[in-house]
Amino acid sequence: MANEKQLALVIDLNVCVGCHACVTSCKEWNTSGWAGPMPDQDPYGKDPNGVFFNRVQTFECGTFPNTETVHFPKSCLHCEDPPCVPVCPTGASYKRESDGIVLVDYDKCIGCKYCSWNCPYGAREFDEISGVMKKCTLCVDRIYDETLPADRRKPACVLACPSSARLFGDVKDPDSEVSKAIRDNGGYQLLPEAGTNPANHYLPRRKINANVHEDQLARADNPLSREAEPPKFGGPTIDDASQW
Amino acid sequence: MRPAFSVLFLTTLIGAGQGLLVALVAGQLFLVVGSGGITESGGFYAVGSALALVLLALGLLASFFHLANPQRAWRAATQWRTSWLSREVIALPAVMGMAVLYGGLHWLGWDMALMHFANGKSLDLTMAVGFVTVLACFALFLCTGMIYACVKFIREWASVWTVINYTLMGLASGFILAAAFAASSGAVVTGLFSGTALVLIIAALFGRAYSLWRNARIRPVSTLKGAIGAPHQNIRQVSQGFGGKSFNTTEFFHGASADTVRMLVVFFIAAGFIAPAALVLMGATALLWLAFAIQYVGLLAERWVFFAHGNHVQNLYYQRKA
Ligand code: SF4
Ligand code: SF4
Repeated sequence: MANEKQLALVIDLNVCVGCHACVTSCKEWNTSGWAGPMPDQDPYGKDPNGVFFNRVQTFECGTFPNTETVHFPKSCLHCEDPPCVPVCPTGASYKRESDGIVLVDYDKCIGCKYCSWNCPYGAREFDEISGVMKKCTLCVDRIYDETLPADRRKPACVLACPSSARLFGDVKDPDSEVSKAIRDNGGYQLLPEAGTNPANHYLPRRKINANVHEDQLARADNPLSREAEPPKFGGPTIDDASQW
Repeated sequence: MRPAFSVLFLTTLIGAGQGLLVALVAGQLFLVVGSGGITESGGFYAVGSALALVLLALGLLASFFHLANPQRAWRAATQWRTSWLSREVIALPAVMGMAVLYGGLHWLGWDMALMHFANGKSLDLTMAVGFVTVLACFALFLCTGMIYACVKFIREWASVWTVINYTLMGLASGFILAAAFAASSGAVVTGLFSGTALVLIIAALFGRAYSLWRNARIRPVSTLKGAIGAPHQNIRQVSQGFGGKSFNTTEFFHGASADTVRMLVVFFIAAGFIAPAALVLMGATALLWLAFAIQYVGLLAERWVFFAHGNHVQNLYYQRKA
């Protein structure tokens, strides 16, 4: 399936601070929207369980003391070759031709969960109450909503991110913000060996080093630096001459 | 993977039903080709087919318990072009229909010769329908096995051995049942059925033992490095993003201890293969029924282990509750 247009998220792991703002805004928007509800079981009890479309996980990489912490938001990657779609016996899981978003038709889903077995990322979460499979919709009910101001027609998680770690756009358009971000910052896909060709990309952690040499710290041509000794005012002055 | 009891019952019940149908047709063929004029009564095949039909229907019923919205189950037949699950949804009723037809024709005695051969034998209507029934049974075995074998993110399942083992175990249990049923009806094919059952039990044991060995040696293709794309050899999960449970932590983990799984492996080898083989060898009618019952319990345990051994790639992301 080669879509002309493929909407996707680009998530910058260099910037994500792991605050879970995207997680809560996603749940808030979607539980009451088109894709909802996203029910919880025992939410305030000992053993809470519930549906989320987006999770932020944390990993520690490297060996102490040379470790780094990676906060890793994870949601459906809207794969270009989604293995979850053809296995669905009812046709409830589908990928939109028009923009590449992978969706579940809740009126067709029988709740067999077979699609979830065929997603290597664990991106689908089952809604026990409605008995249907749920997953990220890329806020399909926001992004085309003309009653919203143009700059608000983005997924809820993108709008919520305080560090702008989440970008949204068409990865098939070479001039889009997301395509540029992928190109310029070494954007990559998760589990490439799975053959899913995910649309969502991640930008790696990157350290920016400027090589500054000692002599560059002092500016030789500083206009404020004194180039010569100022004249000494030890001799006779105008005042001396006039006060007699 | 979490073993779903509805699926354990579905696969074991329909396996026995399909095996029984194949046995009945094989018995008929054996008598037509091999013996001088000895036949079984139409009633024998009809009651046998009815027994198979009951097993298949119970399996179908069990499968509905797996669905959260069973009232829409008919939709599951629509995507047969791409989905093995959808193909199974078509093949199962097809096998049930063939069982009705095969048993019904025998019951009514509608058995005109369709074709005469030079050696004086003929292809009768019931035999021809029987051949189609066997084809349908094997198609269903293929569909059931492929549902699991095509899940490439569970490497323990993604193997041709999944299909082979499902087929062999289904046939073995069906032939034991056929032998018990034939012995109870005093049919001449009892020996054929119990002999074939013995061969099938041993073949299934080898197939299953091979897949156990294969599963124990599987090394994961995917690692955390590719899962999050961090260029490090040494990555640990600190938090999976929540402290409670989610679909990802319940559906994909069996939750039993490694010792329980190991114990069940020993149990299913004993109850699913060794005990029934010994009982079939002894051969008394009551022992044949007992062999079927014990093997059925063993096969349920086998199916449980099959699920428990499946280790999904997504589990990489769910290693640390926090
Ligand atoms: S991330 Fe999973 S659920 Fe989403 S499209 Fe890819 S395979 Fe399907
Ligand atoms: S759970 Fe629903 S969407 Fe998933 S495969 Fe089954 S019918 Fe299709």
